[in-house]
Parts: sequence; C-alpha cells; structure tokens
Amino acid sequence: MDVEYVARLARIGLTSEENALFQKQLGQVLRYIDKLKEADISGVESSAHAVPMFNVLREDEPRPGLTVEEALSNAPRQANNLFIVPKVVE
Amino acid sequence: MNFVASIGLEVHVQLKTRSKMFCGCAVEFGAGPNEHTCPVCLGLPGALPVMNHEALRLTLLTGLMLDCEIAPLSKFDRKNYFYPDMPKNYQISQYDLPLCANGRVPLHERAYPSDARGKIDKSVPLARIHLEEDVAKSFHFETTTGIDFNRAGTPLMEIVTQPEIHSPDEAFAFLASLKQILIQGGVSDADMEKGQLRCDCNVSVRPKSRAELGAKIEIKNMNSISGVRRALAFELDRQVHLLERGEKLEQETRGWSDERGETFLMRTKESAHDYRYFPDPDLVPVKTDSLVAEVRSRVPELPAAKRARFVEQYQITDYDAAVLANDVDLARYFESAAQGATKPKQIANWILNDLQSALSAANKTINDCAIPPEALRELVGLIDSGRISGKQAKDVFADMFASGKSAGEVVRTKGIEQLSDTAALEKMCDEVITANPKPAADFKAGNAASLNFLTGQVMKLSKGKANPQLVGEILQRKLK
Ligand SMILES: [Zn+2]
Repeated sequence: MDVEYVARLARIGLTSEENALFQKQLGQVLRYIDKLKEADISGVESSAHAVPMFNVLREDEPRPGLTVEEALSNAPRQANNLFIVPKVVE
Repeated sequence: MNFVASIGLEVHVQLKTRSKMFCGCAVEFGAGPNEHTCPVCLGLPGALPVMNHEALRLTLLTGLMLDCEIAPLSKFDRKNYFYPDMPKNYQISQYDLPLCANGRVPLHERAYPSDARGKIDKSVPLARIHLEEDVAKSFHFETTTGIDFNRAGTPLMEIVTQPEIHSPDEAFAFLASLKQILIQGGVSDADMEKGQLRCDCNVSVRPKSRAELGAKIEIKNMNSISGVRRALAFELDRQVHLLERGEKLEQETRGWSDERGETFLMRTKESAHDYRYFPDPDLVPVKTDSLVAEVRSRVPELPAAKRARFVEQYQITDYDAAVLANDVDLARYFESAAQGATKPKQIANWILNDLQSALSAANKTINDCAIPPEALRELVGLIDSGRISGKQAKDVFADMFASGKSAGEVVRTKGIEQLSDTAALEKMCDEVITANPKPAADFKAGNAASLNFLTGQVMKLSKGKANPQLVGEILQRKLK
C-alpha cells in the first residue's frame, strides 16, 4: 500500500520517518486482516451489512433541529448567519 | 462532419420531500441561512443518519416510470472527499448497489428545441439511478467563503445516462422529456433555474473511423436546458477543432460560463478525485420489494401513453396529441376543456394556436391563463352552434384573454351575437334580392360569384351579425 498517497487523500502531512513507520505498521495490520481470507465461507451468503437488519426508515415528517445560534456556536468565524471559511474555489 | 460525439449526462434531481434525506430538518426553499440544521446534517460527531422513507419511494417511482430494473437489495456508501460544503468529509451516496439500473427516457420529437427537429422514437438508455444527499450551499466572497447548510443533507437523486446522446439537440430533448416525466410523477418540480435539476455532461469526440470513445471531458455549471445545449455545441466544436489540428485530448473537467458562452478548464486528470467509496456502517441495507409495492399505484400516465389516448379518445391528430401530452399543464388544461365538449378537436386547435400564441405574447404560462378551461369550451360551443362566427370568436377570445370574462358574458356585453334567426334572415335576403335585381338575375343565369356579392350585402345589412352560411343557403334557395 502507498502510505504517501493515502496520507495525501487524508490530508495528513507525514515526515519520511513517519512514512516508513506507518508503512511497516499498516502492512502488519493488512496482513493480519488477510487472515480472514483463510476462513471457509462456502455456503455463507454475502451481506451488505454486519447486522441482519433492513429498511430502518423514518417517515417524511419535518421536525425542529438547532436554532441558527446553536448551529453557529462552534463556528470559528461567522457572518450574516453563514459559516465563514477560507476562500475555496472549485 | 467526420467525427462522432458521444454525450453522457449525470442529472441531479432534488426530490419533493418535506424533510431531509437522513434527518428530520425541513426542506424549505428560501429560508434564512442555516435555519434548517441539526447534528446529522452539520456532520457533528456521534450523529446518526436515518433514511427518509419517501425519498426512497420517489426514487423507486422514478425507476418504474423510466423502465428501470429495480435492485432487490440496495445500500448506501460513503464517498470521501474534503470540502467545506460537506463537513463529515464524506457524502452518503450509493456505489455498487444503486436503487435502479438501466431503463430509458423516450425522446419526444416535440421536446427538441423549436429551431431543431430530431429523430422520432429515439430513447436515451440509462446506466443507473441512485440516491444521495445534497451538499451545503457556498457563497464566494472576496477573500472568504460563506456556507449555508439548509440544503446539506436534502435528498438528491442522480440519473446517469449511457454515453448515447449524439448531439446538443438530443441532450436538450432528453432533459426536456425527463423534466416532464419527473413533474408528472410528482417526484420533483425539476426547475433548472432553481437548481432543482442540475446536470453535468461528459463529452467525447472520436473520428467516425474509430470505434473506441475519445477522451472523456466533463462540463459542469450549466443552469438551464438551453445552457446545456449551448455548452455542448461549444465544447464539441472546440474538441473537433483540436482533433483536426492533430492535437490530443486529455480527460479533464471544464466549467461553463453562460455570459462568455464558453467552457473553461477547471481541473485535469492528475487532480481527479479518488473517492475511496466504502459501505456506510451507519445505515442498514434496503430491501425494495415492499417499497416498490407502495409506489406502484403512483406511476402516472406518461406522455407516450397519454398521447395515444388523446388520439383515441378525442380524435385529435397525433401531432396535436403529442404537443398536448408532452406538457403536463397543457394536457390537464386540454382535458378539462374537452370534457363533455362536442368538438374536442376544435378545442385542441384553439389551445395550440390562439391560446398558445396569446400566452407567449403576454409572457404567461397556461397556469396563469385568465381563460379557465370551461370558458374555452363555452367559446367553442358558441361557434359550433352558430351563435357567433369564427371571425367574431377571435375578438371574443381576445376579450376573454384580457378580461377573464366568460364567452357568454363577452358576447352579451359586446352585442356580437351572430344572427341565426331564419325568419329575420329570410326577410333581409328578400330585401337584398329586391334591391339588387342584376346580381340576382346573374346568379340565376349561372354566375356563381354573384352569390358572394349578395351574401356580402346581407352581412352589411345585418351589421356583420348574420350567420353567413345560413344566408348563403337561404339566398340559393330563393334564387333557384
Ligand atoms: Zn438535519
């Protein structure tokens, strides 16, 4: 696995020492997970989720959420009831 | 042209629900910034999403309307990326088990732009339809960006076509046809200008002699159906020119500027996103069978079926039926006007000619038309029974359109009733014959044109009120 690439996707800056360390550690984790491949799953139906549960739904009824003040209370910056963030351009 | 264009569209549709996709916040157009938020749609830690039943229904309803295969089992996945309009750092979407697959949108020939006519009976094949959550709205200022989370987490349905649209006109017809179906099904109001329908285009061009598709270039940011058409025309032209000059096209994402009328580079392949989709453990899978059963009765009569029924039921031409059936509001108006009418064909004519042109001249739609359907039926009835002439009807119509009065009321107040009282007409005919012995004798001698002159004299005598057809008949009988 390409630790540098994964770190970039996660927006984490790594030193080259950290890079080497995580390369080793994550490699071990992946090898450990690979043990699952040894399990005999013939006759086990594949599932899309760990719990055998389906259709947990909510009726389409609006209900009150947070007030504007509550919503913005953690905002590092705000103006005109908007969250203000560094300028982004797509 | 020695090039073939392959266009695929990704259409995002805002569903008509009252609450958001995974939380109970209200969906309301025009609310103040951040008035509809909660821990779920703000992406606060520990908040758990729960699916909106109706959003699933509306997506499946769309799948049924568009002839899709409905997945028996569907699930939601996380699409990972960092952007302030999505504070969880992932968008809940669907990756490998979308709710619907395949299907098609039939293109109606009247859905093409008015200055272009397309192939009849074409339909655009779909790849899939899935459900996801919309992102927050960003406002870009000089040095900062402001975020409003009201739209964050609202249900967004994505319809993806196969790359089998081959011209900007076809793309236009596709969107116009799809829009009508979505409106008809009550799935969305699908107004592109309000952002309820958004569309990204994937365009590639290849020489006719080559089989594989050219480099895929994505265009974003078009906010009207005609904008899509113009952006595609510009982009195809640009790509063909580059290829003709021997240049090589690379996969990239471009934006569309409506003001400048051109596309511009946004990002290249190197900076393409890697979303690292994985199943969302917070949401359990969906079995669709019971949901499909709930929604089956909501499948409306679609334009193609409606068109066939109009021809059959009202004996109108296929062309008229097509125009009427392809517009939900126009179809509804026609059907209420035609109800119990003896000449539905006349009603269709009035709607498609006089009414349509009056509406467009007044910059109005059928929904804010001053003439209710019953009033139009009454007007056609008055012509049919001979109480007013076709020519008088035009004036009555103009008055009705301007004042909102009923046909009868206009006829009474204006005193423009057509005279069909035979006793009175006979008297006038006698008078005219006596006063014009020469033309009367000419007609008797076989000069058919003299009848027009005599009829004209009776019309004059009646101040234009006489029923010209009846007058003609009476004169002919008298001059035999
Ligand atoms: Zn919410």
